[in-house]
Amino acid sequence: MDIASAKLIGAGLAAVALAGVGIGLGMIFSAWINAIGRNPGAAGAVGRMGWIGFALTEAVAIYALMVVFLVLLNVL
Amino acid sequence: MQSPLEQFVVRPIFPHPLFSIGGSDIYFTNSALAMAFGLILTLIIFIVGTSRKALVPGRLQSVAEMLYEFVGNMVEDNTGHHARAFIPLVFTVFLVVLFGNVLGLIPYNFNYTGHIIITFALAIFIFAIVVLVALAKHGIHFFQLFLPPGVPIFLAPLVVPIEIISYIFRPISLSVRLFANMLAGHVMVQLFAGFSILLGFLGIFPLFFNVALLGLELIVALLQAYVFAVLTAIYLRDTQEVSH
Repeated sequence: MDIASAKLIGAGLAAVALAGVGIGLGMIFSAWINAIGRNPGAAGAVGRMGWIGFALTEAVAIYALMVVFLVLLNVL
Repeated sequence: MQSPLEQFVVRPIFPHPLFSIGGSDIYFTNSALAMAFGLILTLIIFIVGTSRKALVPGRLQSVAEMLYEFVGNMVEDNTGHHARAFIPLVFTVFLVVLFGNVLGLIPYNFNYTGHIIITFALAIFIFAIVVLVALAKHGIHFFQLFLPPGVPIFLAPLVVPIEIISYIFRPISLSVRLFANMLAGHVMVQLFAGFSILLGFLGIFPLFFNVALLGLELIVALLQAYVFAVLTAIYLRDTQEVSH
């Protein structure tokens, strides 16, 4: 197998990590909606943690995208 | 169609270098111009905004006060004692990242936080401050951070390397999170803009998606600045109370 096709396969495999991120994001927003539904007065504090949690989880998706770029663009 | 990474190439604006240090020339680049633009905007908002010192703030003073209160409250919540001493540091870092992210969304402007060297410089600076202040304040007890209380001693050879690695990973993750978010967002916007040009008449659909994507990019720009500041405040907490 030549290096060009191996690179493409590697980049595709690296994107499989996004499945976990999708599940994680769904869990964050499910907990967020649940918390606000049960206690609408806690919307401020829950909202702050929710946005931080969303950003940190999204960052993992971006790490996976970084690996895809590194593999595709011959940097690694 | 140019490569989507073309927008991140750093180019000198004037052909002549400003000065030379040790054999390499220092040019005034588009990255430096974007930073200067962000700096001037920040100075205008804060110096002009607080010049009147009205008790009931006008619009610009409100903007300055709201930004400061937002970061100030966040630092006081997240960094234990003596939090107020760290507010200027976290506020400066927040403003650098915020203006870099948001001004980078203007077309034909340069997003300086989309370069790993910039975000890594910020992250390693904060990490160095955290380690040095914690060492100065706690002395040798700083290393208690790596062996949390209540861990049996026979687990120490396993727990301590893991804790050290996860501590060293903090500046790396801080910098890569910001850099990768900015890079990925801008690359996607340019990619969809390229599709719009390629598809001709049907290019209206990538255009609508691009508009929504730019909205998401604005949210991500603001959010990543906030997350950078919050994590800085949380890491600064380690200088006050050593145990987790």
